[in-house]
Amino acid sequence: MDALHDDTLTLYDETFASRFLLGTALYSSPTVMQQAIRAAGCEMVTLGMRRQNPAGGDGDAFWQILRDSGCRLLPNTAGCRSAREAITLAQMSRELFDTPWIKLEVIGDDYNLQPDPFGLLEAARELIDQGFKVLPYCTDDLVLCQRLRDAGCQALMPWGSPIGTGLGLMNRYALQTLRQRLDVPLIIDAGLGAPSQAAEAMEMGFDGVLLNTAVARAHRPALMAEAFAEAIRAGRSGYLAGLMQQRQTASPSTPPLGQPFWHRDGG
Amino acid sequence: MNEITLRLNDEPARLPAGTPLADALQQWDYAECRIAVAINGEFVPRSAYAERILHDDDRIDIVAPVGGG
Repeated sequence: MDALHDDTLTLYDETFASRFLLGTALYSSPTVMQQAIRAAGCEMVTLGMRRQNPAGGDGDAFWQILRDSGCRLLPNTAGCRSAREAITLAQMSRELFDTPWIKLEVIGDDYNLQPDPFGLLEAARELIDQGFKVLPYCTDDLVLCQRLRDAGCQALMPWGSPIGTGLGLMNRYALQTLRQRLDVPLIIDAGLGAPSQAAEAMEMGFDGVLLNTAVARAHRPALMAEAFAEAIRAGRSGYLAGLMQQRQTASPSTPPLGQPFWHRDGG
Repeated sequence: MNEITLRLNDEPARLPAGTPLADALQQWDYAECRIAVAINGEFVPRSAYAERILHDDDRIDIVAPVGGG
């Protein structure tokens, strides 16, 4: 536990003890959300922005709950379909939440909500120039991720699978390649449905996990948040401890030397 | 008095010509709200609300915090 105690996540020179980032959508009530955030032990939560009609909505109350949680806020540009839209919404979020952090989303396809790599890169370049701390929600494409890093993104958030699917790590080869080829923090964002999937991501060497639906839509969200938190810690410990190499042939754990009832002549 | 027609969060709205954004927000009951504003897809910082005059056909987006993933 000591090794894990000193094991922190650094994003844009800021240090986090937790590797679990949690979304704030889809909960049945603000109280349930608060309980889940507490159970997750997370230090950063995502949130969004939507049109508010005159004298309507409860945006201020919602924001106050998140402020009281003590978590750092990571506003998103969810639903934006072009670099221009995402840049404008990021600028609005910086003023609204008084933070330069932005989870940058530029969606390219309605069916699987796949990030648009071209718009994402264009928006990331512009926002980094404007002083934002950009965490891009991206695919697992190696070259895209390299370009985002070269643009100045100090951490990347590749998808495990499409948002809200719970399908887990769909392309292990691509994700493993990202881990081997990139030395910036990598956070698996989207598609995780079970704590075991989060543990697997952490065992592969990913630096953190961001999820929402799997916790918010659980029958008991706080319990699921706790389960994910434990899985993330377990997976991280496993990675730090060093996983054994897999092999095809069996190898006995108990020494064969001195095996009783064994005779050289096979009798 | 001349009136202008614009779109507030994609709904039609009317204002006297020459109204600054700050006055419009007051009139629309946004004064106490935690919001951010864009006009015609461009962010308008709070510091510019008083001097930004609204025009015919302006598209105003006003956003507030919501839960997000």
